[in-house]
Amino acid sequence: MSNTFFKIDWLSILLFTFLIAFGWISIYSTTLTGVESKSYLDLSTFYGKQLLWIVLSFVIILFVLTIESKFYERFSSVIYVISLILLLGLMFFGKTINGQTAWYSFGGFSLQPAEFAKAAVALAVAKYLSGLNVNIKKFKHQLNVFIIIGIPIILILLQPDTGSALVYFSFFIAFYREGLPGFYIWGALAAIIIFVAVLLLGSTITSIFLGLIFFAIIYFKSKQKSSLLKPILIGLLCISFTFSVNFLYNSVLQPHQKARFEVLINPNVNNKSSGYNLYQSEVAIGSGGFAGKGFLNGTQKQGRFVPEQHTDYIFTTIGEEFGFIGSALVILLFVAFLSRILYLAERQKRTFSRVYGYGVFGILFIHFFVNIGMVTGLIPTIGIPLPFFSYGGSGLWGFTILVFILLKLDADRIKLGS
Amino acid sequence: MRRFFPYILIVFSALIFLIRLLYLQVFSDSYTDISENLAVKAEYDYPQRGYIYDRNGTLLAGNQPAYDVMLVPRDLKAFDTLEFAKLLNLEKNTLTKRIERAKRYSYYAPSLITAQLTKSEYAYLQENMYKFEGFYIQKRSLRDYQLDIGANFLGYIAEVNTGDIKKHPYYQSGDLWGKQGVEQYYEEKLRGVRGVKYIQKDRFNNDLGSFKNGQYDTLPQKGKDLSLTIDARLQEYGKKLMKNKRGGIVAIEPKSGEILTLITEPTYEPSVLIGRKRSKNYTKLYYDSITRPLFNRALQAQYAPGSPFKVLTGLIALQENVVDLDDSYSCYGGFQYARGQVLGCHNHPNPISMVNGIAHSCNSYFSRIYLNTINKYERPQQGIQTWQKHLKSFGLGQYLGYDLPVGRKGFIPDSTYYNRMYQYPTYKWYATATVSNGIGQGEVLTTPIQLANVTAAIANRGWFIKPHILKSVEGKAISDTTYTNKHYTTIDKKHFEPIIKGMHQVYKYGTAKWIQIPDIEIAGKTGTAENKKVIDGEVVQLKDHSIFVAFAPVDDPKIAVAVFIEHGYWGSRYAGKIASLMIEKYIKGKITRTDLEKWLLNNSPKEDYKKIDFMVKNDSILENLNLNE
Repeated sequence: MSNTFFKIDWLSILLFTFLIAFGWISIYSTTLTGVESKSYLDLSTFYGKQLLWIVLSFVIILFVLTIESKFYERFSSVIYVISLILLLGLMFFGKTINGQTAWYSFGGFSLQPAEFAKAAVALAVAKYLSGLNVNIKKFKHQLNVFIIIGIPIILILLQPDTGSALVYFSFFIAFYREGLPGFYIWGALAAIIIFVAVLLLGSTITSIFLGLIFFAIIYFKSKQKSSLLKPILIGLLCISFTFSVNFLYNSVLQPHQKARFEVLINPNVNNKSSGYNLYQSEVAIGSGGFAGKGFLNGTQKQGRFVPEQHTDYIFTTIGEEFGFIGSALVILLFVAFLSRILYLAERQKRTFSRVYGYGVFGILFIHFFVNIGMVTGLIPTIGIPLPFFSYGGSGLWGFTILVFILLKLDADRIKLGS
Repeated sequence: MRRFFPYILIVFSALIFLIRLLYLQVFSDSYTDISENLAVKAEYDYPQRGYIYDRNGTLLAGNQPAYDVMLVPRDLKAFDTLEFAKLLNLEKNTLTKRIERAKRYSYYAPSLITAQLTKSEYAYLQENMYKFEGFYIQKRSLRDYQLDIGANFLGYIAEVNTGDIKKHPYYQSGDLWGKQGVEQYYEEKLRGVRGVKYIQKDRFNNDLGSFKNGQYDTLPQKGKDLSLTIDARLQEYGKKLMKNKRGGIVAIEPKSGEILTLITEPTYEPSVLIGRKRSKNYTKLYYDSITRPLFNRALQAQYAPGSPFKVLTGLIALQENVVDLDDSYSCYGGFQYARGQVLGCHNHPNPISMVNGIAHSCNSYFSRIYLNTINKYERPQQGIQTWQKHLKSFGLGQYLGYDLPVGRKGFIPDSTYYNRMYQYPTYKWYATATVSNGIGQGEVLTTPIQLANVTAAIANRGWFIKPHILKSVEGKAISDTTYTNKHYTTIDKKHFEPIIKGMHQVYKYGTAKWIQIPDIEIAGKTGTAENKKVIDGEVVQLKDHSIFVAFAPVDDPKIAVAVFIEHGYWGSRYAGKIASLMIEKYIKGKITRTDLEKWLLNNSPKEDYKKIDFMVKNDSILENLNLNE
């Protein structure tokens, strides 16, 4: 433990502390209504409870750092299985809130196992990929690792919690680092771009545009006398995907999911119904201006115009009260923290630690990207929290455990050897 | 590559977020306004409009409450359109259209749906308002007129339109403001300041209480009460005398420049422009192109002044030292200013000098001394400029600068005008070409208030204070130097006495000797203006206009008055009689010559108006006037 104290990455801890502190201030401002008691630890308020979770997370941090770092690697499968059992158990013992059966309820408070499963899956993925004979370039091993993340995805989709399920796709960043063929990533990116293009421009224009691009590529390839088969096949695939977008959009997506795309694409969407959340969110952020309205002074916030403002939409409080300066500061804090995590991951000597580090990065990044993208109206509404900011004990503890296992592994990286 | 891919992700997403935030927070203003409107609702408290009194404290315009139905489209919920339309006494289609218009105007700001319900309509509606979310009732104050006078100087109040709001951001849809008259000119004093209460709203539009403990709230400030210089009794009396006549009366207190009476006929009752019927009535008045009741003849009608102008010709000639008081000129029934061109005159003692010239209004005499004035200088251009300079010092040929929103400059020609008219220097022109000016015709045009002001300046023997209508604000006399400073004319004081003597003789022995008032000495001057008009390409001789200017008492003038009656035959027939009765009423407070009063009430040139109206149809009879004595 004393070894850990000296070797641990204090810069990460500093950034972590900043994020947690800024997060709590935002929750305090968001949920303070001016009528309740002034005590910060008043457990009938969100900010009081959140402060309690923060204090308890110090206990969890000490616990995580005290355990031998070897433990995480050795028991990763057990931890993984336990988390799957917890997810499965929701079907029988879970508590349903807002249509999602995602919580275990113990008297006064609830736990959300999906938040802890993130760390467990990251450990399991790291464990598998660090296996001596495992090579992610091989299809068989790809399939195995997809199953490792696939099971929790399915269990979470059953709750149903699409947003949390989506988080697990962030492991592709780790897979890519470990050698997953590039077409997974590029193919996914291309599919997303085509999907958006079709929604915005329609399938005819998009396919004509794609056709021109691939025609040019094939023309240059034929001059270089290289194989034409691959570009032709990819081109046909892309164009045929263009025509399946409408089917996907209309038949596969649920009506409420379609509406979430609709509000981004169509500016005339009714601001009172499906467009309400996004509209209120943009108004709150936009009204902050450059310097913000000042701490506790947000008017949109006081009117409770933004739904779920203390959880998924916590960033709107920052936008309204601290303006562009505050919002940019939060983004830069995340950039610094995420970069530091990447740096730590890359300096690990053991594959297990590195893969785990990339897993942590991926999970934090996708939360950051999706959450801020959503509240600023850049991507469709997907309900996942902003790490360290959004209200919720399970989320806070889940992220804390996730980060501090990495810090523990990093502190012991010399001792663990390669 | 694989190691840097995540860094690319971080930098790329951070950049996109920062750009998006810059757009939302820094470059797009619309969110700031919407936010204020969304979360904070302003509730307005309209203060009472200031009362308007006359100089003696008689209330002219008070207030009555009225109720507007307003709509904030954002808060609109489904409702029974038909029922609501019935309650508002509107067609269902009209209501729907107005709601659509309100939505187009603004989704968040209140729009007017129907204006100025009466108290009883309001009481009934109030009970049912809960069914119609998004609509609310705004209390305002409307005018309540005590007397049926003064529409022409009081003006009226009306809703601001969208264009007005753009120019004057203080106002909002449905607000009332002064139009015309004192209501417009002193709008800011009369309206007071609207109070506002900011209420923090939640997303269900429930009140959360005062926004920031009311630190931005303001209390309404009551509009200021104004006292006008108008004498309500005199105004009312003048209006009575003007029965069935067309023209204007302006009376001024010479030593203060206070407007005692400002009458234009035909006019309308101020009460027709109140409330919901205002718009309809206004349109009716606006399109009455025959009698033009909205046209303020006292301020806006430009007539050739006719004979009263001779007084000025005399003063200028004396000042320029081109005539002695003893100089007499012969008049052979007219003045021949060129071969075969004679300016006619009428019977009077012969030969004639200044004082008698005024008393008998001799065209020949004044034509001659006018020519003397112009010909004093080497070139007629210089003569005309000097002449014009003297006239301008009396406030002619320019806006007088009184405190009412409408007016005309009148016209006093200068050398540039004649140079252009006679194509100088290709052709030369001489003083004789402008001789008609000397007797108040030709190119000269004045408004009745300008004539009244000239009369006041003569009464003061050489100075005037700009005519004005505001006497005091909340009991405090005005201190604006614009309306307290003396403006001296370019004529020396000593030249006024002989002129005033002549004007006194007009009343004693001259053209106005038929209108004597016991115990009051008047100085006046008649005018009879020949009136031609081109109708369908032919010059038609219309009945003369009747003009009279006067002040009294001669030694200590208390009132200066100018009366103008369209097609009133000759100076003393209508205008002189009206002026003498006005003077008596003002100075004595009662009328001793009831037969004269009776005659005026029973006689008017209305048969002539009928003929003229028939001839001119929708043309304006007030333009292209050509007057002769």
